[in-house]
Order: sequence, then structure tokens, then C-alpha cells
Amino acid sequence: MTKLLEWLFGVSLVGAVWALVSFDLLDLSLPQTYREVAWPMPLYLLVSFGCYSLATVGYRVATFNDCEEAAKELQGQIKEAKEDLRRRGLKM
Amino acid sequence: MASRKTSHPNRDSEDKYSILLPTYNERENLPLIVWLLVKYFGESGYNYEIIVIDDGSPDGTLEVAEQLQKIYGEDKILLRPRAKKLGLGTAYIHGMKHATGNFIFIMDADLSHHPKFIPEFIEKQKEGNYDLVSGTRYQGSGGVYGWDLRRKLISRGANFLSQVLLRPGASDLTGSFRLYKKAVLDSLVERCVSKGYVFQMEMIVRARQLNYTIGEVPISFVDRVYGESKLGGNEIVSFVKGLITLFATT
Repeated sequence: MTKLLEWLFGVSLVGAVWALVSFDLLDLSLPQTYREVAWPMPLYLLVSFGCYSLATVGYRVATFNDCEEAAKELQGQIKEAKEDLRRRGLKM
Repeated sequence: MASRKTSHPNRDSEDKYSILLPTYNERENLPLIVWLLVKYFGESGYNYEIIVIDDGSPDGTLEVAEQLQKIYGEDKILLRPRAKKLGLGTAYIHGMKHATGNFIFIMDADLSHHPKFIPEFIEKQKEGNYDLVSGTRYQGSGGVYGWDLRRKLISRGANFLSQVLLRPGASDLTGSFRLYKKAVLDSLVERCVSKGYVFQMEMIVRARQLNYTIGEVPISFVDRVYGESKLGGNEIVSFVKGLITLFATT
């Protein structure tokens, strides 16, 4: 199963449950509060997922390591490498 | 044993590591990356060879590679040039044809990937007998140097989106510093058709699909010291296209 099909499967499953509860399709005579809670649920889920995404990406951008040390180390090694290679007869 | 450990701890190992270095206009960087590879392989004592696959660089990369071959020996530096610029995937296939190692490293030749991490990759691989070990900029001590806020945001955003859609089981999908068992790379490269950034992503997604095991090592990514780093609108569009393709087909 491709990821696309997995998603479609998941979304239709959730959608079906949502429709069952919100419109009481099976005549289960669910309490009114169930229907009232279920009805706006997709929007809530969408908004909370959006918030979660923004927060996660924001946090990860803010905590992205800046490797100053690695860059400095590399610059030093480049100098060392150039001297050594020149000594060994490399024409750059 | 103790005395051997101090000088060349891993010389007796049967394993051999072939490093594939696809190059295009890297005459400045190639000698430096080779020097660093020789240094760190020399210190750790692992058996290795460096395979330079130059795609007809007009700047004379191949000529520099020939000089390096004279300095370090034909058993350490192998030249497998091609006449013109072809895809990354075919560069790996081309390089692997002549690789004598049972493990293959792939990395960029532009010094953004530092060979000092190589012993960590090898230890990680041995630790779990992983089929592939991927360097990651996104976990632990991993990170980047030389990226502005925009670049970081795009990178993190793209990574998050890919994680959500593809759930690949690895944190750095577009990284290209990786260690593969040779047979694993053989079978993956055959299946992967994408270009550019997406190629590396497809490799890891297919690896998961084929139930290969993946280990990860945090790496620092120091953006190109020489030359221009590229991340324009074109790259972003082709990334999104590739992501959607993988989403629909894997």
C-alpha cells in the first residue's frame, strides 16, 4: 500500500466515524451532546495539527545547532592540508 | 593487542570501505577532501579506497585527481571519469562497478561533509549490523554552519513535511553522507530514479520499504567553503514534485 493510499484509508475511516456520530446515520439515538461535540471536530483537529506543525518547525529552527567550532576546525585543517599537499608536490 | 591498538586498531579487519566521490568542478576541494580522508582513515586504520567519479569538469578536476593518485598511490585513489555530467544515481552505479570494498561511503566532495565522522559511521554500523548508516543534521549534536534563517526554515519545514507524509524512520532524508553495505546500495540505486535532493530521499524511503535497517550518526554540515551553494525556487519546486511522487508511489 502506498503512503497515499494509507492516508486516503485513514482519512475516510475518520470521516466515516465522524459522519456516523454527527448525523446519527445508524439511528443509535446518541445523546445530543455527542453530536454537538463531533460536528466541529474536523476543524479542531485541523487547527491543532496546524499549531503543532508550526510549533514543531519553529522550535526546531530555533534550536538548529550552529556549528561554529566545526567551521573553525575545518578552516584550520584546510590550511594544514594545503601546506602538506604543496610539500608533497601537488600543483593547485 | 594493546600495542596494535595504539597505532592501527582496525588494520586486521576484513572490511574494506570504498568512498565514492562524484565531482564536478571541485579542483579546489578535491585535494582537501582526499587529504582529510587519508588522515582519518590512516588514524583509524580501516582499509579503504577513494573512487573519484569526475563528470568531465572543465576546471581540470581530473588533472588534480591524477596528481593525487601519484601522491597517495593507485590502490588508494581510483579514477573513474565520465565524459559529461550525468545523474548522481548513474555516478554511483559507475563507481560501484569498480569498488572492491564490501562497504560504500557516499559523501559530497565540497567539504560540507567532514571525514572526521567516518569512524563514528563505521562503529555505528558494527554496533547494530545496520544495512545503512545515515548522517543526520537534525539530531543530537548534529547541525549546520553557514545557513541563514530562511535556509533553516525551508530545511526544517521540508523535513517536517516529508516526515509527516512519508514516515521513513530516519531523521535526515535529504542528507547525502551515508554508509551502505555494498549489496544494499546496489539494490537501492537500481530502484531509484529521482534527481537532485529527492534522490537521497528516495534512497532512504526505498530502504525502509525493503526493510533494510537504518542507523543514524549526528553530523555537522559546513556549507560549501568554496563555490556557490544553491537553494533557489527551482530546487524547491523539484523537491515538492519529488515528494509528491514518492508519496503516491511508495
